[in-house]
Amino acid sequence: MNRKLKSALELTGIYAIFGLMAVIIIYPLLWAFGMSLNPGTSLYSSSMIPENWSLEHYKWLFTDPRSDYLLWYKNSMIVSGSAALFSVVITSLVAYTFSRYKFVGRKSGLYTFLILQMFPVMMAMVALYIFLHLIGLLNTLTGLILIYIGGQIPFNAWLVKGYLDTIPRELDEAAKIDGAGHLTIFLRVVLPLAKPILAVVALFNFMTPLFDFILPSIILNDPDTYTIALGLYNFINDQFSNNFTRFSAGAILIAVPVAIIYLFLQRFLITGLTAGGTKG
Amino acid sequence: MNENKPVNKHNPNIATILSILFAGLGQLYNKRYLKGTSFIIVEIAFIITSLDFINLGLWGIRTLGTIPGEDHSIYLLVYGIVSILLLLIVGTLYVFNVKDARKQAIKIKNGWKAPRFSESIKEGYDKAFPYLMTGPGLALLIFTVVFPLLFAIALAFTNYNLYNSPPRNLVEWVGFENFQKLFTVNLWKDTFLSVFSWTIVWTIVATSFQIILGLFLAVLVNDKRVKFKKTIRTILILPWAVPGFVSILIFAAMFNDQFGAINRDIIIPLFGGEGLPWLTDPFYTRIVLILIQTWLGYPFIFALFSGVLSSISNEWYEAADVDGATRWQKFRHITLPHILFATAPLLIIQYTTNFNNFNIIYLFNEGGPAIQGQNAGGTDILISWVYKLTFDMQEYSMAAAISLIIGLIVSVFAIFQFRRTSSFKEEGNM
Repeated sequence: MNRKLKSALELTGIYAIFGLMAVIIIYPLLWAFGMSLNPGTSLYSSSMIPENWSLEHYKWLFTDPRSDYLLWYKNSMIVSGSAALFSVVITSLVAYTFSRYKFVGRKSGLYTFLILQMFPVMMAMVALYIFLHLIGLLNTLTGLILIYIGGQIPFNAWLVKGYLDTIPRELDEAAKIDGAGHLTIFLRVVLPLAKPILAVVALFNFMTPLFDFILPSIILNDPDTYTIALGLYNFINDQFSNNFTRFSAGAILIAVPVAIIYLFLQRFLITGLTAGGTKG
Repeated sequence: MNENKPVNKHNPNIATILSILFAGLGQLYNKRYLKGTSFIIVEIAFIITSLDFINLGLWGIRTLGTIPGEDHSIYLLVYGIVSILLLLIVGTLYVFNVKDARKQAIKIKNGWKAPRFSESIKEGYDKAFPYLMTGPGLALLIFTVVFPLLFAIALAFTNYNLYNSPPRNLVEWVGFENFQKLFTVNLWKDTFLSVFSWTIVWTIVATSFQIILGLFLAVLVNDKRVKFKKTIRTILILPWAVPGFVSILIFAAMFNDQFGAINRDIIIPLFGGEGLPWLTDPFYTRIVLILIQTWLGYPFIFALFSGVLSSISNEWYEAADVDGATRWQKFRHITLPHILFATAPLLIIQYTTNFNNFNIIYLFNEGGPAIQGQNAGGTDILISWVYKLTFDMQEYSMAAAISLIIGLIVSVFAIFQFRRTSSFKEEGNM
């Protein structure tokens, strides 16, 4: 077999693998999209390519008085938005301090962070429930947001600290000589350079609450406070096969924008993660 | 008095003793009036507001209540933990106060003159800055992470379950009984062993599949002859971009035994018969779970490795070509070491994440199908079993004991691995 032919055969093989992967990846997604176009709500009578397709489920979500979709959407935006914003603020404060200052408790603090992030959140659920009950924040979005912000600190503080460690200290020194105070150095010198990793933290802490259904299901009982993941999950929780078409319509509406954002930012995300994760 | 030999009567021991007696007195003795007064005010405020609470809390955590129906054991436990946390915080501040008084007194004895007010404010700000910065985060961390963790640890040593749940009954401390049960009582032992072994298999197989597939595809796409790289990459990354919550539920519907697309549109038309019992036979459910996790997890690895691959200098490969290396040798000795070196910590995180990957197990089939003779489902991993024990069966203390075991396993494994990575080496001898 000559070299050219071998190469061509190999290349065909490679493309065949990509083709197979593409089918495996796209088939479930297309199938869900097809389901959402089925007129009925039952999975049994639905098919991937419906004969008389309709957008009735999408319409139902937005217009039917029994649908809380827009309310869930609003709640989710509040929770995810605040969680992302405050996570970035608090994490950057903590990470900056651990990266640049020597103080009593620094090393034990870093160790504690590392160990804390190992323990499963599930372990804390009962305690969080009782705690929120005690301070009267059960069944509120505020309580939920506080837990998300607190819970992300150990992991993200490490991530951001690792990134900040790679920003040369000479910059701080130079600013200090120019008479900049602690806060000025932090806000004007270091933070602007840390934008990529802060964007990663913001994105993570926006997405995690958006698709978390387990913590909200424990903390929120009132349908008015449901987040989108919890609401969608409850669609199919009781009668799985009876509401799937409606669920897929609701899920597609939220998954498509998120997927687009991820695809645009993925390179950015990977750079941030490798810089913070391997050196940090 | 000679300036070079400052002999004044200022006595550090008096300052120390005073500050031990009551925070701030030592500082007053050192003539640091502002500091002293504020310390005194803080201590008085603390005593007035929290002494009763701490008293109740310490009594509560010791006894967990004495009168059934009136004392709520679990709230008492919570009060107790909060009290201990408060005492620890206050204790740290107190030690700081004593040290501060002593240090300053020694300085004064050696002839140190107090700086001007504005200067001492600035000095204080410099010293306090790290604490001011970490303060809000730390406070939040203590109440949303540390406190729940301590509570769960405490719970593991009580007998809190459905049958003695407060306020009607009292909960008691039982020592290591829960852990003993887990290894001796048959129902618990069998369940624990089967869940534990599946958790290990699941973690290793699913994560390794993810990594191998991600690596394989990254190497393929990186091949020089491949065109349309950007489009191919985008498609391959798609499963990462679609929220896992949504994809898992889609798969759950597709693999539904009766109505699912896999049985109805693929298995039955191609092979005939009744279709496969994807959700009712543990064996099939496990296979599907591993495949789905591979589908969900490989794109991240793929993206990660693609980044590293494109950064490996071509010179390495050219040098290898000169030496007549085979393709496998090049992969084995150039590509693989580069990739693993750059991404090891992130790969470890993949394993620990899957060990506790609650979402896929619970969303796909709620850990089911049920199995006779044990109180966990056939695909339950430790973490989803903990969830069921807590929220379905109200076996709170057993759940806490198991999650303690999970935490210990993951911590030991992760710390051992993390110590070998560069992150720790840069931190010195941590």
